[in-house]
Amino acid sequence: MTAVWVTVAAVGLATMAIKAAGTLLVGDRTLPPRAQAALEHLAPALLAALVVSQALGGSGGGFAVDARLAGLAAAAVALVFRAPLLLVVTVAAATAALVRALA
Amino acid sequence: MRHPTRPSGGPGYLDGVRAAAPIGVAAFAFGVSFGVLARSAGMGRLAPVVMSLTTFAGSAQFAAASILAAGGGVAAAVAAAVLLNLRYGPMGLSAASTLEGPWWRRALTAQLVVDESWAIAQRDDGRIDRHLLVGAGLLLAVGWVGGTAVGVLAGDLVADPASLGLDAAFPALFLALLVGQIKGRSRLLAAVGGALIALALMPVAGPGVPIIAASLACLVGARCS
Repeated sequence: MTAVWVTVAAVGLATMAIKAAGTLLVGDRTLPPRAQAALEHLAPALLAALVVSQALGGSGGGFAVDARLAGLAAAAVALVFRAPLLLVVTVAAATAALVRALA
Repeated sequence: MRHPTRPSGGPGYLDGVRAAAPIGVAAFAFGVSFGVLARSAGMGRLAPVVMSLTTFAGSAQFAAASILAAGGGVAAAVAAAVLLNLRYGPMGLSAASTLEGPWWRRALTAQLVVDESWAIAQRDDGRIDRHLLVGAGLLLAVGWVGGTAVGVLAGDLVADPASLGLDAAFPALFLALLVGQIKGRSRLLAAVGGALIALALMPVAGPGVPIIAASLACLVGARCS
């Protein structure tokens, strides 16, 4: 039980520090233009990496190809038809559930 | 994404809540499954809920609980979780300029940064909208912590989120928000770079490393802008 609480405390404190580090270090200073330009490109870079890792990542690392990929493909089709976010996410989940039910 | 505008112009907290609602359902379901996993890992009832409240980051919590369950030890569990959460360093940095108030309030607001709230709060100009971040973050926190509580107390009553396809909701959300982010060559380049770095590192590096390394692709995009 103690091991559990030590883990909970250590992970919690470390995560809170990581999340707060940016604002505590930068404060209300304006970043130099180069750093600002880099941060404006962080969203596409990280979002693309999150798509890849959430769609293809295995539970212990590496790749795992499963129904998530079918869900992502369905979401891509929905996006081509300019579906709203709610519909895109729902179509992805429904497709993955259907593929799993049939498999 | 379009948001209904307030009299003052930008989106409000409620717009963030609304934008996060579809993924909030998935966050709740995975909160339940974290609660179930954590209980079966011998974490008891209170510790998983405290962890969801303080760490508030799904993948790191699943990793820590699985390692504890497998007898991997505290150091391995903490190291894996911290590695998975390192990506909140650059994310928090990108949100820094939009947070307001004294240092403790900014540090507290920064706790609402998770992948989904950060992604939803992206503005077209590459900056973060504080109202969207707070609204989306609060809804996700309620779903995640509430789900964990339900999971530790009544986990057997709830269906496996994977059988409902809810694990496919997350990549779909990030893809939809990514499409809105790709404006111009330099952002496209950053996206392709991020995806390639993640793909290249996933088979060889531990969980968490591919995503934190992919953030370096923002430097490539910035050079070409």
